[in-house]
Amino acid sequence: MQALTQRSKPVSREPMSLMERIYLPAIFKGMVITFGHMFRKKPTINYPEQTRPFSPVFRGLQVLNRDEEGRERCTACGLCAVACPAEAITMEAAERKEGEENLYREEKYAARYEINMLRCIFCGLCEEACPKDAIYLSETVTPASFARKELIYGKTELLIPNPVTEPEAFAKAREARKDR
Amino acid sequence: MHLLALDWMMLIEKLVLIAVIITVSLVVAMYLTYGERKVAAFLQDRRGPNRAGPAGLLQPLADGLKLFFKEEIIPNSSNRFLFVLGPCLAMLTAMMSCAVVPWGSDFTMFGRTISLQIADVNIGILYVFGVVSMGVYGIMIGGWASNNKFSLLAALRGASQVISYELAMGISLIALLMMTNTLSLKTIVEQQMNGSWWNVVYQPLGFLIFFVCAMAECNRAPFDLPEAESELNMGYHQEYSSMKLGFYLFSEYINMFISSIIMATLFFGGYDIPFVNEANLAPNLAAVLGVVCLLGKSLIFIFVFMWIRWTLPRFRYDQLMNLGWKALIPLALLNMVGTAVIELWKQ
Ligand code: SF4
Ligand code: SF4
Repeated sequence: MQALTQRSKPVSREPMSLMERIYLPAIFKGMVITFGHMFRKKPTINYPEQTRPFSPVFRGLQVLNRDEEGRERCTACGLCAVACPAEAITMEAAERKEGEENLYREEKYAARYEINMLRCIFCGLCEEACPKDAIYLSETVTPASFARKELIYGKTELLIPNPVTEPEAFAKAREARKDR
Repeated sequence: MHLLALDWMMLIEKLVLIAVIITVSLVVAMYLTYGERKVAAFLQDRRGPNRAGPAGLLQPLADGLKLFFKEEIIPNSSNRFLFVLGPCLAMLTAMMSCAVVPWGSDFTMFGRTISLQIADVNIGILYVFGVVSMGVYGIMIGGWASNNKFSLLAALRGASQVISYELAMGISLIALLMMTNTLSLKTIVEQQMNGSWWNVVYQPLGFLIFFVCAMAECNRAPFDLPEAESELNMGYHQEYSSMKLGFYLFSEYINMFISSIIMATLFFGGYDIPFVNEANLAPNLAAVLGVVCLLGKSLIFIFVFMWIRWTLPRFRYDQLMNLGWKALIPLALLNMVGTAVIELWKQ
């Protein structure tokens, strides 16, 4: 049979020699090995101060995007909800009124848009399904919470701040979403 | 009248000494828990506790505080009295054995000579053995009073382990006692100080056996059979919570400290300062340096204990018994007979 790895070794069934049966040499050898590890470089990452760089394809918390003029891109088409394998997305559509053109990009918008982070599996299919470039998976990890209902994210949590009216908050959000 | 006054001073002196030694043992044991975690971390390429205080130095305090504030649970079906007695006994016996250890040579203060030893009884080492063998009652009672089959099994294992290893330990010690001709720990140290080599040079095999047995007596890995979490889900202290569990764990560290001190005393010259003739130093300085030396030696032993713990996996129970009865006891007997022959031949 072909070996699965190159590291597999045939088991020796010979009776142990006297040296092996005394055990102490083997124990000393083991102790030397562990002692050598005392002065190795430690691969530990001191978490809150240092963070581990994520891979560029990391998929984290969703963010609902706005366009350059600060209008919500989402048109409540529901494609993301359909694409979502975990059925985490719920939304209610509403019609844009006269004078709200600076708020919403299309005639229809999501009055309510919720993602249940307890269900989401961060597969990124919502991002792929969206025809309006409205939803993106950022590089933020979902923060932990003591209550389940706090993990149902509404528009307040998902929507990125308006770049026109609150440029600082927008920049901050961009920064926070990016560097984790 | 004069005699009475002297006795009062003596009493105060001894009480202070007891308080100091108990505090020192407790603090050392406290920081051993920290040291253990650090050593374990370093041996495994980790950093260990480093959050509480500088370099994590306040970690033992935080741990202790946590244990005090945890909920105490006494199982309904347990024997309440014995259940509480168990950890107390473990702690008590661990502390008691430091009474006969000579911590240093005589210290002169306010015109009085203070011996840095609580009691220089001439059966010192027998007393240590007596107290240490009492220690197993803590485990036994704890395991039995929990009214839990796993704890009982673990306690049984612990008891049989301690008994079988104490035999080998005692026999290896007899060989040493044949050389020293005394049971007083202070005399043993003084013999090693005065020109002659440390006992370990004459008794290397005896020391090795003693070391292994001491490790087994302290229930340190690889001999921590009474607390095997994989096969006995935690062992004898399974039902214990909060500070009662803390006492059990803590007494293990005190035991480790005391047995290291005993080993240093018996085999490595006790408070003897290596390569220095104490007679050339001022007596007080020599006493202080001696204490430091003894602590240093015991810390080395403790490090070796930890080092072994984080190197070797736990023995299987039959392996443990085989090692004790079929390897260590015959070796110790051989060592004893050999020493006896040499001693007789020297005469
Ligand atoms: S990432 Fe996947 S699971 Fe999460 S909301 Fe989007 S489609 Fe649903
Ligand atoms: S986020 Fe995209 S896919 Fe989902 S409803 Fe809005 S526009 Fe449609």
